[in-house]
Amino acid sequence: MSLDLLLPAVVNGLLTGGVYALVALGLTLIYGVLHIVNFAHGSLLMVGMYAAWMLATWAGIDPYLALPLVGVLMFGIGWALYRGVIGRVSRGQDQAILLATLGISVILNNLALVLFSGDGRTIDTSYSFSTLELGPLLVSVPRLISFACALVLAGALWAFMSRTETGRAIRAVAREPEGARLMGIRPERMFALAYGIGIACVGASACLLLPTFYVSPQVGDSFTLVAFTIVVLGGMGNFPGALAGGLLIGVTESVGGVLFGEQLGQLGVSAVFVIVLLVRPAGLLGRASG
Amino acid sequence: MRHWLPVLIAVLAACVPLVAHSHFLVNLATLTVFSAFLGQCWNISGGFGGLTSFGHAAFFGVGAYADAVIQTRWGISPWASLPLAVVLGAVLGAAIGFAASRAGLRGSYFALVTLAVAEVLRVIASASPITQGGLGILIKLNVTPGNFQFSDDRVFYGLAFLMLALSMAVAQWLTMSRFGTQLAAVRENEDAARALGVAIVRTKSAALALSGGLTALGGVLYVQMFLYVDPNIAFGADRTVEMLLVAMIGGAGTVWGPVLGAILLHVVADTSRIAIDAPGFAPMLYGVILLLIVGFLPKGVAGLKGWFVRA
Amino acid sequence: MPDAPLLAVSGLSKTFGGLAAVKSVALDVPAGGIVALVGPNGAGKTTSFAMICGFIRPDAGRVCLAGQDVTGWRPDQVAAAGMVRTFQITQPFAGLTVMENIRVGAYLRIANRAAATQAARDVGTRLGLGPMLDRPAAALTVAGRKRLEVARAVATRPRLLLLDEVMAGLNPTEINEIVGLIRQVQADGVTILLIEHVMQAVTALADKVYVLAEGALIGAGTPREIAGNPAVIEAYLGHGAAARMGG
Repeated sequence: MSLDLLLPAVVNGLLTGGVYALVALGLTLIYGVLHIVNFAHGSLLMVGMYAAWMLATWAGIDPYLALPLVGVLMFGIGWALYRGVIGRVSRGQDQAILLATLGISVILNNLALVLFSGDGRTIDTSYSFSTLELGPLLVSVPRLISFACALVLAGALWAFMSRTETGRAIRAVAREPEGARLMGIRPERMFALAYGIGIACVGASACLLLPTFYVSPQVGDSFTLVAFTIVVLGGMGNFPGALAGGLLIGVTESVGGVLFGEQLGQLGVSAVFVIVLLVRPAGLLGRASG
Repeated sequence: MRHWLPVLIAVLAACVPLVAHSHFLVNLATLTVFSAFLGQCWNISGGFGGLTSFGHAAFFGVGAYADAVIQTRWGISPWASLPLAVVLGAVLGAAIGFAASRAGLRGSYFALVTLAVAEVLRVIASASPITQGGLGILIKLNVTPGNFQFSDDRVFYGLAFLMLALSMAVAQWLTMSRFGTQLAAVRENEDAARALGVAIVRTKSAALALSGGLTALGGVLYVQMFLYVDPNIAFGADRTVEMLLVAMIGGAGTVWGPVLGAILLHVVADTSRIAIDAPGFAPMLYGVILLLIVGFLPKGVAGLKGWFVRA
Repeated sequence: MPDAPLLAVSGLSKTFGGLAAVKSVALDVPAGGIVALVGPNGAGKTTSFAMICGFIRPDAGRVCLAGQDVTGWRPDQVAAAGMVRTFQITQPFAGLTVMENIRVGAYLRIANRAAATQAARDVGTRLGLGPMLDRPAAALTVAGRKRLEVARAVATRPRLLLLDEVMAGLNPTEINEIVGLIRQVQADGVTILLIEHVMQAVTALADKVYVLAEGALIGAGTPREIAGNPAVIEAYLGHGAAARMGG
């Protein structure tokens, strides 16, 4: 196995992994605050990608420029989903929430199928295939930009959660909803906000993925699994874990694909997932918790 | 049996496709009954056992590929795949149940690991030469009963009906047996159950083995009806979702729930096709119904009618 | 030679992340008797129970039931061996009826459905749940749920029953009823170890009392003896209380 093949694979994996990490951050935020596993995550990513695709194809807006727009749109969708559906059933049993998020994902996946049919769609930008020379490597420009944006957004999210009043309120509610209520914070609002932010992350990631990826009604499912693997690996609710996990999975997928072919690269990810779940469900970095 | 009249009506209604001279009716009935069967299989572990699985396609696919592979690769009679499928499905079920219970995986985590297992199998099937990868396996048309292929559709209908009857018998057994009660106890409250002597790992594994073995039979019937299987048909998420929907919408943990659910879903599918005939429209409606059920009718349609047969 | 105790616990210890929750606890429960484990909140009583019954693995110590070492056994194995616990916060099978709840316990020993159902009905009626047998367990009052906890456990035909604060949350009338219930269970041949805060019940029922404070045993004896024990008074009422009481 030559370094010529391995090194670009690792670099590619890291770059893509950065964006995966952003997707996973949304998922881990939702779990950390609401304690629900958002099975609709991948489907919402797909919705974001279609939104970005429509803006690019019909309004000529570059995905990177559309990012704020799509981010806000997806925030709104997430917030509305929580208020309208998830929040309503969260009073019931765990199974109800599980099924609610599954239901949302089924609706979204099939709505996409009805509206756009099953074909994959891509966008062509002027820079889609540009590369940059970094030492011995040829790095894809869009991937590099996406990676950088993902890191910036992750940093912004971290700053928001730790430095702002609202961010702290959300974290308070995550730890102790009743206590937070006594301090005048309304848990329901914070939950909706947290869900919205999680989906905004997904919306941003959608814009970052579209230049180098395709969108179809089925992509949701494959991203859901990747996101879960990352979050489980890094520990549910664990921010640094999601980042590290994202990079790790990106590299695993990329290197696995180069070594064993596209299909088996995916197998590596799923296998990692099953093993981590069975052996150490708290994740490599997570705390063993209830 | 208290509700003998509705059961009699149901059985009589089930006989109609056999005597009516309508391909359409027979096909519709076959698909509905098959759907109900798969839903009941999911119901055994998911409804009665409370083990919400998002990867039951794993069992279906294992049965389907067992059937396809032994026929095309080794020329073994497809009838032999029936017991083979049951064994493979049961072993897989027991393995998942054992590993997941030991790791203490419940609720969402359990759903996740089942999702992952189905996905792992899907990828393996896509890459393995034995299953002919993404191309799938095509069964040669050779219509003789010895080959498990029939010229008369009604035979398949009858077989699907028998499978449904078998799965309902198992469900009924769960409502009346010691194992079924212990499974219900585990579902309702694990700690209390173990304090009363119920072995959790063993009970969950047995439930999944039972469900898995039955589901795998469905895989065999599917392959013989359609003579084709590929990784997505076998292990795809759509398969699991439909099984789950049928059980949940009809009423999880009840014997008749999946039957009601299958009928409802197929009625929805066929009427919606009249309105909008686009792929994905009917499944989208299923999702909406699932949300409505979860939000307003957690016991499913069966809860409405009070036909509850509790475990 | 005196009869060997039904339950012999020695050296039972557990540390949670640096905090020693239970420090080398030892107790004996004679067959047919009622023994109480008392102590202030956080003394380690429920943790000890959990270790005895297999819900938590002890870091050290031995638990012997009728001479058999059951240390580290799973709870369902311990139950099958004849030692069953109830929970401080009641844990009914909410979706089932009262009779069905009790039947889960009966099924431990009886495989046949009709026989188990009858046994469940018998236990339920005997322990005062007769009228509620076919109602959903969720419909019971707090006192009813406590009865159900006991009935379910009794249906497993245990040799030793561990009751975890069964009186908690009950008014004086209900407490008296439960005391009667426990006496009846004892009369039916079940040995009992109970955790209790309600001193009147302890005095009424227990032959012997063990006192736990901050994870360690600080006294053992008849209810009268420990009531006059200075160390016990201090544990409950604070430092210097014994002196203030002139004990």
